[in-house]
Formats: sequence, structure tokens, C-alpha cells
Amino acid sequence: MLKRGLQYALVASLLLPAVAAAQGSKLLATGGASTIEGAGGGGIVPWATLSSYADTGEWGATVNLTEVQVDDFRLSVQGASLSWNNRLEVSYAKQIFDLSTIGGELEQNIWGVKARLFGDLIYGELPQISVGLQHKNNQTFALPSAVGATDDNGTDWYISAAKAWLNGPFHRTWVANLTARRTRANQLGLLGFGGDKSDSAEWLAEASVAAFINRYWAVGVEYRQKPDNLNFAVEQDWRDLFVGYFPSKRLSVVGAYTDLGSIAGLDDQHGWYLSLQASF
Amino acid sequence: MKRLILLASLLLMPLAHANDLYQQLGEKQGISAIVEEMLYRVGGDERIVHHFDGVDIVQVHELITEQVCDVVGGPCDYQGETMQAAHQGMGITHADFNALVEHLIIAMEKHDVPVAAQNRLLARLAPMYGDITEE
Ligand code: HEM
Repeated sequence: MLKRGLQYALVASLLLPAVAAAQGSKLLATGGASTIEGAGGGGIVPWATLSSYADTGEWGATVNLTEVQVDDFRLSVQGASLSWNNRLEVSYAKQIFDLSTIGGELEQNIWGVKARLFGDLIYGELPQISVGLQHKNNQTFALPSAVGATDDNGTDWYISAAKAWLNGPFHRTWVANLTARRTRANQLGLLGFGGDKSDSAEWLAEASVAAFINRYWAVGVEYRQKPDNLNFAVEQDWRDLFVGYFPSKRLSVVGAYTDLGSIAGLDDQHGWYLSLQASF
Repeated sequence: MKRLILLASLLLMPLAHANDLYQQLGEKQGISAIVEEMLYRVGGDERIVHHFDGVDIVQVHELITEQVCDVVGGPCDYQGETMQAAHQGMGITHADFNALVEHLIIAMEKHDVPVAAQNRLLARLAPMYGDITEE
């Protein structure tokens, strides 16, 4: 019975939909979500993991939409990424920042590249180590310039390390990511690059930790240090508390409660974050 | 006497812990069914089925069942080849390995293995990655 059954398995290949093959071979959720800057990662921190499910020899792509609504502002992001071989990721994001209370709108485009250098998220002793860059172009530089920003474009460089523990505390799978970023972007670059208080690039730390309740649901926290280059208003570190849902390799949804500190002189910007990603 | 019981229970605890994983997988019978389900799915997966061309799948089913039973502390003694010898020259990639792990996870889900037990088994198999894959 068993023998015959197993021999029929080959026949089953004709009947089973070949979706698995079309979706890429990385394990569910290891493609992560999309960040607000387009790169694969958490919500606000780019991770060492690459976007999509493209494993050895495979191609993958994502499109993503994110909305962040805090007290006096709204950020809308549309992004896309292309990945190859679990090695290289190219990403694009367009950010529109609605100054709801102050009035007006800021806008920038971000091109990103990320490469996995060595190590693996899940297997072996070493963490997965990747390096990346994000080149940002502010399309609405009149306001940033008026409040003391130096440049309308800039490039962030980063190095990230990520590791999963399959059987972590409470017999749950945990994932941690640490990122060091060299940047002079003010509020992501929406307020330009460099400024009258400080004009040079600096290294900043970003971190995320998540626990998978099961393979479809994760909860986690993120923290991101920010520069403070402009005299007109302080810029503060960001943090969020998120829930990620990965019903299939096609779709992921991330919801978060986020604390963005003071932005452009308006304090205590708290609110909601919602991100959708489709992968191919 | 009380001390003795405490000592005995402390000594037995790791064993009890290991056995509880074996039990959660449904003992030998459950493991056999999970591995069978996994291999069925592998047979339907064009990404990796070619590795199994000409392989005695019934024997592989027996050996993997034996090995999983052994690895989770069940009353089995795996006598097959080392993982390195068994998979040598196959050129199994990261993608291939993940494909098989995915089928194992789905098989465990279908057999209602609790998430904690799934993770404990996966954590014991994942270290074999280096011996099985070649990149
Ligand atoms: C943790 C993961 C894995 C475990 C525990 C495992 C375990 C085993 C065991 C116990 C055997 C029998 C060894 C013997 O004949 O003495 C075996 C054989 C085999 N395995 Fe795996 N394996 C794993 C991953 C894989 C993967 C990812 C593939 C390919 C996609 C694969 C393909 C094969 C093949 C084709 C054989 C038959 C070899 C032959 O009879 O010539 N295995 N495996």
C-alpha cells in the first residue's frame, strides 16, 4: 500500500498545482515585509534578508503599499523590488509625506541595492550579513532648503546582520536583525540631507526582534536611531510594535503602532502603520 | 526519601522532555506517517523530485523515519549512512533543502503537530544542513 502510494507520488505532480515552484523556495515569511524605504525588512529597518522568496537560482519580485498615519502627518509609500538567487535585491520606493496640519506635501524617490555577503538567516552558525545602499532624491527641496537642509539628495549605506532561532524561547521561532546605517538624511530625506546644525554623515543603529506565534503570525518591535541635523526642529529616534501576517508566499500584511517622536516641531507623533506586500 | 525522589525526577527530566517530543510527533507511527506525507509531497515537487530518480523510496522512508525517531529521543537506533555520505554528490542547494523542509512542515501541520514540537524537531534537523547541501 505504502509502496504503491509512494510510487504514485510522481503521478501526483501532474495534479498538484505547481504553485510552489512559481513562488520561490525560501521558507514562508523569510522574505520579510517591505520597509518604508523600499528595501526588504521590517517596517522601518532594512534587514539582512532579501525581499521576495527567490532562493538559489531563482528570481523574485514584490510590490508594496504602506500608509503611516500619525497625529499631524501622513506618509504614503509605493514600492517594488526585484531579487535574484537570495543574493541581490534592487528596490524602488516613492514616498509622499502629507503635512496635514502644517499644509503642503514632501516627496522623494529612493533607489536601493542590497547584497547578501555571507551567512544564512536559518542554517549554520553565522548570521546572514548583507550590505546595502539607498540613494534618495528629494523632489520638493524648497521647504527643506528653507529650514536649513544642505542637499536635495543623498546616499545611505548600511550593513545588516540577521539570525533566526528555530526553537527559541517558548519553543517559538525568533528573528533578530541589527543594522548600522551611515546617513545624513533628515526625516528619511523628506527634509533633505545634512543641515545647519550638523552637515556630516554619521553611523546610526537600528534593531528589530520578532517572535513567530506560528509560521503565519509574528509579533515584534523595531527601533531606529535618527540623525539631528537641523536647527529649526529636533529629530528623534523612531520605534514601533508590529504584527505581521503571512497567509501565503503571495501576500503579507504588517500592522504596527508607531512612535515617531517629534517631526518638524510637532511633538509626540504616534499612530498607525499598515503595509501590504505582494510577491511573485 | 523525599530527596531521593527529587534527585530521581531531576535525573529523569531531560528524558521526560525528550520523550514528550517523541510523543507529540505521534511516536513511531506518527513519525512514519509524517515522513510518508513529506515524501508524497516531494514526489509532486518538480523542483526537487529529480534528486529521487531511481531511488528506493520505500527504503528512504524507513531510514528517515528511523532517523527522526532517533533524533527526537525515541526508542530507535538509526543505522543508515551519515548525512554527508547519503547526500554526497547530489548537489543539493539551499533552495532544495528549503523545499524539503517546507514539505515536512506542511506534513506536520496536516498531522496536527503542535507548533512547539514542530520547532523542536526543525531545530534538530537544521544543523544537518551543512552536511547535506553543496553550493
Ligand atoms: C534535514 C534534512 C534531511 C534529512 C534528515 C535526510 C535524511 C535522509 C536519510 C536518513 C537518508 C537515507 C540514508 C541511507 O541511505 O542510509 C536519505 C537519503 C536521501 N536523501 Fe535525504 N535527508 C534530508 C534532506 C534531503 C534533501 C533536501 C534532499 C533533496 C532534495 C534529499 C535527498 C535524498 C535522496 C535522493 C536520498 C537517497 C539516496 C540514495 O538512496 O541513493 N535529502 N536522506
